[in-house]
Amino acid sequence: MLVQKYYQNERFVPDKEMDACGLFGVMHTGGVRFGGQMAIDAIKNMKVRGSGLGGGFAIYGLYPKYKDYYALHIIYQNKNLAAKKVVEAFLKKHFYVIFDEEIPTNPDIRLFAPPLSWRYFVAPQKSSAEEDVPDDEYVISKVMHLNSEIEDAYVFSSGKDVGVFKGVGFPEEIADYFMLDKLYEGYIWTVHSRFPTNTPGWWGGAHPLSILDWTVVHNGEISSYGANRRFLEMHNYYCTLHTDTEVLAYAVDLLMRRQGLPIEVVAKIFAPPMWDAIRHMNDNDKELYTALRMTYAPLLMNGPFTVIVAHHNEMIGLTDRIRLRPITAGAKGELVFLSSEEAAIHAVCPDLELAWTPPGGEPVVVRLHTKDHLQSLNKSI
Amino acid sequence: MYDYLLPEFLVERREDSCIRCRVCERQCANNVHLYDTELDRFFLSEKDCVGCQRCVELCPTGALYVHPRLADYRPNSSWTRDKMQNLKKQAATGGVVLTGSGNDKPYRVYWDHLLLNASQVTNPSIDPLREPMEMQTFLGRKPDTLKIEFSEGKAKLASEMCPNVPVQIPLVFSAMSLGAISYPAFKSLAMAAKETGVLFNTGEGGLPVEMRDEYADCAIVQCASGRFGVDLDYLNSARIIEIKIGQGAKPGIGGHLPGEKVSDYIAQTRMIPRGTDALSPAPQHDIYSIEDLSMLIYALKEATNYTKPVSVKIAAVHNVAAIASGIVRAGADIVAIDGIRGGTGAAPLATRDNVGIPLELALASVDKRLRDEGIRNKCSVMAAGGIRSSADAIKAIALGADGVYIGTAALVAMGCTLCHKCYTGKCNWGICTQNPYLTKRLNPELTSQRLINLLKGWSHEIQEMLGGLGVNAIESLRGNHEHLRGVGLEEWELNVLGVKGAGE
Repeated sequence: MLVQKYYQNERFVPDKEMDACGLFGVMHTGGVRFGGQMAIDAIKNMKVRGSGLGGGFAIYGLYPKYKDYYALHIIYQNKNLAAKKVVEAFLKKHFYVIFDEEIPTNPDIRLFAPPLSWRYFVAPQKSSAEEDVPDDEYVISKVMHLNSEIEDAYVFSSGKDVGVFKGVGFPEEIADYFMLDKLYEGYIWTVHSRFPTNTPGWWGGAHPLSILDWTVVHNGEISSYGANRRFLEMHNYYCTLHTDTEVLAYAVDLLMRRQGLPIEVVAKIFAPPMWDAIRHMNDNDKELYTALRMTYAPLLMNGPFTVIVAHHNEMIGLTDRIRLRPITAGAKGELVFLSSEEAAIHAVCPDLELAWTPPGGEPVVVRLHTKDHLQSLNKSI
Repeated sequence: MYDYLLPEFLVERREDSCIRCRVCERQCANNVHLYDTELDRFFLSEKDCVGCQRCVELCPTGALYVHPRLADYRPNSSWTRDKMQNLKKQAATGGVVLTGSGNDKPYRVYWDHLLLNASQVTNPSIDPLREPMEMQTFLGRKPDTLKIEFSEGKAKLASEMCPNVPVQIPLVFSAMSLGAISYPAFKSLAMAAKETGVLFNTGEGGLPVEMRDEYADCAIVQCASGRFGVDLDYLNSARIIEIKIGQGAKPGIGGHLPGEKVSDYIAQTRMIPRGTDALSPAPQHDIYSIEDLSMLIYALKEATNYTKPVSVKIAAVHNVAAIASGIVRAGADIVAIDGIRGGTGAAPLATRDNVGIPLELALASVDKRLRDEGIRNKCSVMAAGGIRSSADAIKAIALGADGVYIGTAALVAMGCTLCHKCYTGKCNWGICTQNPYLTKRLNPELTSQRLINLLKGWSHEIQEMLGGLGVNAIESLRGNHEHLRGVGLEEWELNVLGVKGAGE
């Protein structure tokens, strides 16, 4: 959720939120779409990892019918129809709106202050001045505008063929509210259950956080937050949600989308090997890892975290370099699981073929039509 | 002519303990203690005592006691004793009142008003005795982004990196030149830097040729306004080259090493005739603007074939942030900021005590400016001037410094007691003098060990505090203001520091 805002002085930057969480992700590496039952049951199995103050799902391969259009999930807090009017006027001006509808919800599920949720399938309608702007950048700038300028309106997700459903409640309640198990299928499901320690829940603060088709779910507290935030500000990312997840999301966007680094390299920026290990590498790797640590030192994510990052064709699990937060991977056939707890994987896949715990800082990269995830198996502990 | 100066110190001798061994007499270069063999008693010249405590420390029976004589005149908050004494000194000589070491005036020490954070529950603190705790830091310019190529699934670095110098602990010995300090003191710094994997700074007095093989690899060499000892070999033997524009203890003025201190050895190292005054002009006479500085930076880079980072050291002055930004744009790889409490071998008292601004404020504003302009990664920032402890050092890093220069603290570890008489050349501790009778009191083998111990102690303390914060690498604290809170500061001070008040 990118919102550009400048604080005159760092003193006035609000405190960051702290939370602990449960994470789960499942992907079919053959690209076959499946329902939400596994994700919902798995996160239910880890109920103690959440506190009912936030839950959410990201689903890839969600809208095959509209897969060429940006799918905007927008919520209107307090069901503010005036905000909706402003948003729609803005969308009409800057996009071709192909189709829009209210996101169906189950009226029998009672949640804390549910907003009005709407989805729009759009294509950019650029003015002549913006003709040269790439589509993705164009969409990001418009999403930023909506988030920062229009009160009560928040864009939850903005990628093609992907959607985020989230809110205040336990994740299974959110699933029931949006009827995820009945209405939707996807080839990647990631889910998050939130346990904030210092803030009440609000719908925008729930995970996953997303930019375009990138989504992040995260568990932990990044002690290097201030250093990370200030570095990202230098690249014009302004953190306004004040969660650790936000710096991770922006860092992923900066390194992977804007600078085009692959996740295997990015993982070594977030969770780099120790200098002592670098000293014992071969010359090529020593040079590479030294340069990475030197250049991207401010993006070292220090402190306990586990994160599941996803975008089209890829789901990545990563834990901090001394593994202060858990992550477990599992696989059966073409299904690959990432989870805070192994029990949750077994709960939804009793005949699991493989389960392994990757070491700190070693990413599990699950890619469409590959067996790349098995690379971390060899290094597991 | 009477100078009408009252003694600054009171020297007391417990006659029942004194064994007449005359250590005090031999140790005092100021001739405070005089023994009369015929009368078998000591006479005192208290007026000459500088309070360096050398005699007290070395007295085998603990018979001596030296303490300040403060309130001889009628107490007066405005016309303090110091002020009156200085007037009398000037009335007697018509000169500039000199002093040594760092500013001792009670300007606010911001380190003492900044508190660090620690982890509780939501993130675990890390025990440095069990887990790795990394302090290695690279000094130099970092690129905006890296290009990485893949061949057969192996990643390979495709960008060319600017030269960077690693230090195992982000603590570096400040510039103290041979000439200002004695050879054993200079050598001790070099030996300790080598042993601990950090750097020492030669200052502007050159680097003796016979030290280059062994110690050039941990040396920062200075190119200052006097250009003493600068030649191609000097520049090429070092790890980092530092252009000295200013010094925190005396911003805006140069230096003066009196001819009597310029012995053969120092003359050779500085490349000047023996016995001539070594004058460093106030400005560098080839730098009258930022573009001139840029030319010197690139001249030095050309001379060393772009293999060494070039640092520019400036005193913390009012518009330090804008100056630092210009320096980075001029091509410097490191900016060193020297605050008002930085030390010196000799400076006019009026300048030392009244010119410049505190390091803490300068550092925070430089770091902020460089970030706002998106060029913070293009340089490393070194903080210097009045770093007294590991806590000050770690707070400087949290405020935004890459590394910390320590000068006075290192001198104290070698024996200095901050008597502020460095400019007299009579340092009883053998540090700030060229008198061979005094300098041989320092044995580099032993003194360097004291410096090594100091760095070791500090690095343990920094590791403990880092672990407490829940981070295991120093870079995660760099510029991380979230881990600092201010106490007892005014709002404008918090704003400049970019730090919240405690409890906020």
